[in-house]
Amino acid sequence: MARLELRNVAKGFGGVPVCRDISLTVESGDMVCLIGASGSGKSTLLRCMNLLEPIDDGAIYLDGQDISEPELDPQPIRRRIGIVFQSFNLFPHMSAAENVMLAPRRVHHRDRASLLPEIQALFDRFGLADRMQHYPDQLSGGQQQRVAIIRALAMQPEIMLFDEITSALDPQLVGEVLDVLRQLKSQGMTMVLATHEMGFAREAADKVCFLHQGVIVEEGPPEQIFDAPEAPETRAFLQAVVK
Amino acid sequence: MANSGVGGGLTRRQLFERRARRRALIIASTSSLAVVLAIVLLVPLAPGWEAVKNSFFNGEVFLRTFPTLLRAFLLDMLIFAWCAPLIAIWALVIAICRDVQSPALYPLRIFATIYTDVFRGVPVILVVYLIGFGVPGLGLPRPWNSPYIWGSLALILTYSAYVAEIYRSGIESIHASQRAAAHSLGLSGADVMRFVILPQAVRRVVPANMNMLIALQKDVALLSFIGPVEIFRQAGVYKSLLANFTPYVVAAVIFLAITVPATRFADALLARQNRARS
Amino acid sequence: MVRSRILGATGIALVLAFSAGGAYAAGDCAAGKTITDGVLTIATGNPAYFPWVIDDAPETGKGFEAAVAYEVAMRMGFDADQVAWTRTSFDQAIQPGAKDFDFNMQQYSITADREKVVDFSVPYYHAPMAVLTTQSVVDGGAAPTLSSLAGLVWGADSNTTAVPMLNELIAPAKSPLLYNDNTDVVEAMKANQIDAALFDLPTALYLGAVVLDGGVILGQFPADRSENPDRFGLLMEKGNPLKACVDDALNAMTEDGTLAGIEATWLSQNTGVPVIE
Repeated sequence: MARLELRNVAKGFGGVPVCRDISLTVESGDMVCLIGASGSGKSTLLRCMNLLEPIDDGAIYLDGQDISEPELDPQPIRRRIGIVFQSFNLFPHMSAAENVMLAPRRVHHRDRASLLPEIQALFDRFGLADRMQHYPDQLSGGQQQRVAIIRALAMQPEIMLFDEITSALDPQLVGEVLDVLRQLKSQGMTMVLATHEMGFAREAADKVCFLHQGVIVEEGPPEQIFDAPEAPETRAFLQAVVK
Repeated sequence: MANSGVGGGLTRRQLFERRARRRALIIASTSSLAVVLAIVLLVPLAPGWEAVKNSFFNGEVFLRTFPTLLRAFLLDMLIFAWCAPLIAIWALVIAICRDVQSPALYPLRIFATIYTDVFRGVPVILVVYLIGFGVPGLGLPRPWNSPYIWGSLALILTYSAYVAEIYRSGIESIHASQRAAAHSLGLSGADVMRFVILPQAVRRVVPANMNMLIALQKDVALLSFIGPVEIFRQAGVYKSLLANFTPYVVAAVIFLAITVPATRFADALLARQNRARS
Repeated sequence: MVRSRILGATGIALVLAFSAGGAYAAGDCAAGKTITDGVLTIATGNPAYFPWVIDDAPETGKGFEAAVAYEVAMRMGFDADQVAWTRTSFDQAIQPGAKDFDFNMQQYSITADREKVVDFSVPYYHAPMAVLTTQSVVDGGAAPTLSSLAGLVWGADSNTTAVPMLNELIAPAKSPLLYNDNTDVVEAMKANQIDAALFDLPTALYLGAVVLDGGVILGQFPADRSENPDRFGLLMEKGNPLKACVDDALNAMTEDGTLAGIEATWLSQNTGVPVIE
């Protein structure tokens, strides 16, 4: 059984369709990369998977459970699916450590003392041991994005979603964030990424989906998509991106 | 070092800016001085100046009334001191009520909306009269009919309506992505509000609320309409007995002595906070 | 049309000139000293209260102050139709600068402090001060003695000399509550926020009988008490040359008993209120 499965998902805003008839399976431990031009529906799709946006039609299954059931309380589901945003969205009034500890304390009712070693370990692992007490505006973009990833990981999610998490970073900071993704993959985390980093997608993805105007035009292993794209839209996109 | 070396290590640009600064300083101080001089020299030339001076800036009256007025001002400070925190809390309750999404709590939302509309629409003095005389008139026993209690309540109710709107503007100014990030972590709606939205919102509206505090400080005087002899009432008594307006000027001076430093302090606080984190 | 309007205007001017001439003929003390030649402009309160002015209509000459005003005007050589009324607040009466009245009459107490800023005529009334309270306070044991009065919660109109008198004569244990006008004092008494209030006797009688349900006049401080006698005078701009004429008129009215007669007509019910020693 697939970890996460989307069946004929449709989503629009104010009558304008953004995603149409999207079907996608994500196996446990896989890294799936969504590529495509801005506005092709990648971000919206990720927000739907996290239930931040309700879908209009179709269904989403998490370990076989239909999580798109409108009557369902979204909070327990969101705890199982972490998401990291392009713009970090750290809470500016809290230190990095407080950002990370808020949800475990409030949702899992953990106390600060028992959390601290775990959090410390996460900060260590991602090279931020000396930044725990800093406030977001005292951190670089790359550091902020790593804190945001730690914040999501602290809830021990089963799946992580990444929404163009390197797009807002200076080029020299992109590497440190991608390293974190590689590390997560090596530990077997199930991940879905919306990304513009074609090199990274080719190197690390298990599956690549090309979205065009809200539809998955083509999907397959990275070699197939990048080296032998079938659809003319895919070819046109890759030609424009990979100069 | 191509851009230094001219004139003792300063660049051309630095020298230019230093000259410009000096020039601006000289012009500013000359023009300020000219205005002050004009006021000081010309106003006393007006034919009614002696009478005005005697009525408003009478030194003898000033000295005679100052100690009592200062004591009366303590009452203003007291009323202010218990009203301000209650306003902060009650306004927050109203602001949160206006933001509730749950249909079961819809009556709260309607209540909060009507509340802010009514209390912002009615003059403070009317509320002070209505609650200060009206509620005790229902037959409450002493000391529960005290004008201090009900007058303060009138101020709290009115000011909370304004402050609630300020809080609400603060809440709405927090970007939707903060809410989304908090929800994505599995936090409940109440927790998102309490830990993520409100702390940022309240901090963001500090300057606006500072203005409300200063306004409140002055409106405390409205309680004098229902009996308490605070500084403006005491000044009014002196005005009546001495047929002189100087006591009001004394009251104004005492007020300024508090509000001007308070405003400066708030500005400094805000500037420091802005430097610390944006 | 234009012509007839000009004729009309000329007619009014003629009437004015004629009546002004009449005034000069009758008594020349006030000649040229009023703010409008040939017209005596008198200010009263807004509103003016019973029994000082009846029905807030001073031009009828009814009420103690209205009657005194017309008598003073007549003795200064102004006919009734040469008297103009205006309204001012207390603050307007004492503000610096030119006044828009010749004299102002709304129970102004003469005090040395006020005389530094404005001029007063000789007194036209010696006001006893009276304690207004309610039946329930009397039932509660309040008595017309200083020691009993000192235990009450007091209120007063903040613009009156009742305030210092309260503190000096009665010295209440709790500091008094002060209000903008009579109405508010009565309102506070209705709300049971104060037990008693100090007014001049005629005002207290009016408020106790008409405005306050269950109002009682507990007692009075006689007008001729040695300390702080409360005397009402006509208020005028400092240095107003009219003062001498007004004083002459009032003195004459006192001497020939006219003033006492007016007082008897309009302020007759003052007996029977116990005197507080």
